[in-house]
Amino acid sequence: MKQIIDFQIIEKQSFQRAALLKLKSSTPLPEIRGGQFVNVRVDGCDKAYLRRPISIHDVDYQKNTIDLLIQEKHEGTKTLCALPEGAKVNVVLPLGNGFTMPEKDDNILLIGGGIGIAPLLYFAKTIRAGVHFLLGGRTQSDLMLLDRFRNEGDVFITTNDGSMGEKGFVTDHSLWNTMKINKIYACGPMPMMKAVAKVAREKGIWCEVSLENQMACGIGACLCCVENTKEGNLCVCKEGPVFNIERLLW
Amino acid sequence: MVKTEIKLKGLTLKNPVMTASGTFGYGEEYADFVDLSELGGIIVKGTTLHHREGNPYPRMAETPMGMLNCVGLQNKGVDYFIETIYPRIRHFETNVLVNVSGSNIDDYVTAAAKIDALEDIPAIELNVSCPNVKQGGMAFGVTCSGIEQVVKAVREVYHKHLMVKLSPNVTNIAEIALAAEAAGADSVSLINTLLGMAIDSETRKPILSMVTGGLSGACVKPVALRMVWQVAKAVKIPVIGLGGISSATDAIEFLLAGASAIQIGTANFIDPAISGKVAKGIVEYCERQGVKDVNELIGGLVLS
Repeated sequence: MKQIIDFQIIEKQSFQRAALLKLKSSTPLPEIRGGQFVNVRVDGCDKAYLRRPISIHDVDYQKNTIDLLIQEKHEGTKTLCALPEGAKVNVVLPLGNGFTMPEKDDNILLIGGGIGIAPLLYFAKTIRAGVHFLLGGRTQSDLMLLDRFRNEGDVFITTNDGSMGEKGFVTDHSLWNTMKINKIYACGPMPMMKAVAKVAREKGIWCEVSLENQMACGIGACLCCVENTKEGNLCVCKEGPVFNIERLLW
Repeated sequence: MVKTEIKLKGLTLKNPVMTASGTFGYGEEYADFVDLSELGGIIVKGTTLHHREGNPYPRMAETPMGMLNCVGLQNKGVDYFIETIYPRIRHFETNVLVNVSGSNIDDYVTAAAKIDALEDIPAIELNVSCPNVKQGGMAFGVTCSGIEQVVKAVREVYHKHLMVKLSPNVTNIAEIALAAEAAGADSVSLINTLLGMAIDSETRKPILSMVTGGLSGACVKPVALRMVWQVAKAVKIPVIGLGGISSATDAIEFLLAGASAIQIGTANFIDPAISGKVAKGIVEYCERQGVKDVNELIGGLVLS
């Protein structure tokens, strides 16, 4: 069941153009699937009238906390990233469909680009089996919280400038020549997801991608965030954000 | 106990709070957040005779205290509504109204006649004011003759409460409202969105796929309030006020300007529970002000 919860920021870690917020609820959290997202109200920013959809980076049901890894993009996310510890944050959650759970013997590759790495951590934790992460950034500072990912599986890295891991895009990584993969889950910038979808199709690998269209309501009411699919225009917030690439037109 | 019931012709609302079409889905989307039985009514997504894919993405642009949209009446058509959605929502403990739109008069009439036959839909809201479709839509709502034609034609086949949703994109909205009244409307609701535009200066391109779109949200409230006041003075049928209502005090202002009921639209996106809060807040206002019946507030603006 979806809820509106007033969380409190109990821990904050700042990065170059992003922040990790640990939010605590005073009431029990609803059940959250990997790949679902929250819609956050931005208080105190006259340029942000609507909520901001943010993917769920981690969940702790014992402590009633969720972690959000937020990239400073425009005024709304800048305001969120500037919130101090102790601040209240009004959140609607959990939203969207989430990733499809894999089978036990699947060889899974989780691909994240830039801030798109965020939802992969919690999803990996819910899988409770070995996974491989392939994380890409333009440069080293784009790749945050790598220790968290290393706790959940092998981490492979690419950067466009070669400052960390292999130089190039995620689709250029050498693991594609050596590793046997039968399921890909990807989240990142549109060009990256299109490139991943292309590789997955060429190799005949099952693949889900998490999209990030601009949203208003976040719950499938306004029909603003649609993706044109083989089934017509579908709300990314409700039918997605996760789509199997077979449903997409790209 | 404050009396909150609002009686319109053939339509009784348990309180003056409804939710605006296109902002509340089919009600189901909000059932986790709002007890629908605490609302006077919900107006479900704009429905047309035939399936419509709507306009391409991007369909939305955020603006100061508001948003533009050019969704373009995406819906699966009236038959799909009747077969698939109506059975799921017909027993909600509130009035379920259907917003009906079309690209020509025959389409309006056929869709309205089909909905007339649905036992648990007590009213339709005729949408002659959608700014985001190429044919029909707002074209009917911006001239007196256009609105007369479509309302008259629908009135012949539709026997329950006929609400007509007016466009603010006109020179004199009171004249348009009078034309709707003369053609047989039982009430008018206003305002639909204001035609607007957004540009990305970096790319030098429009933000919306259709270049223009409809503006809604808190920023339109003063315009909506003024138009409700003007229309309420001009017509004898009830006026339903909407446009930027985000709180109980906003709702009260519309009642004072002459609205018999109100609709909450874009505010549902910011607080999905807002409609229930507004209904409660109106009662609290009445208790505080010693108002025994919400009907006493309608048109209660004190001018001197």
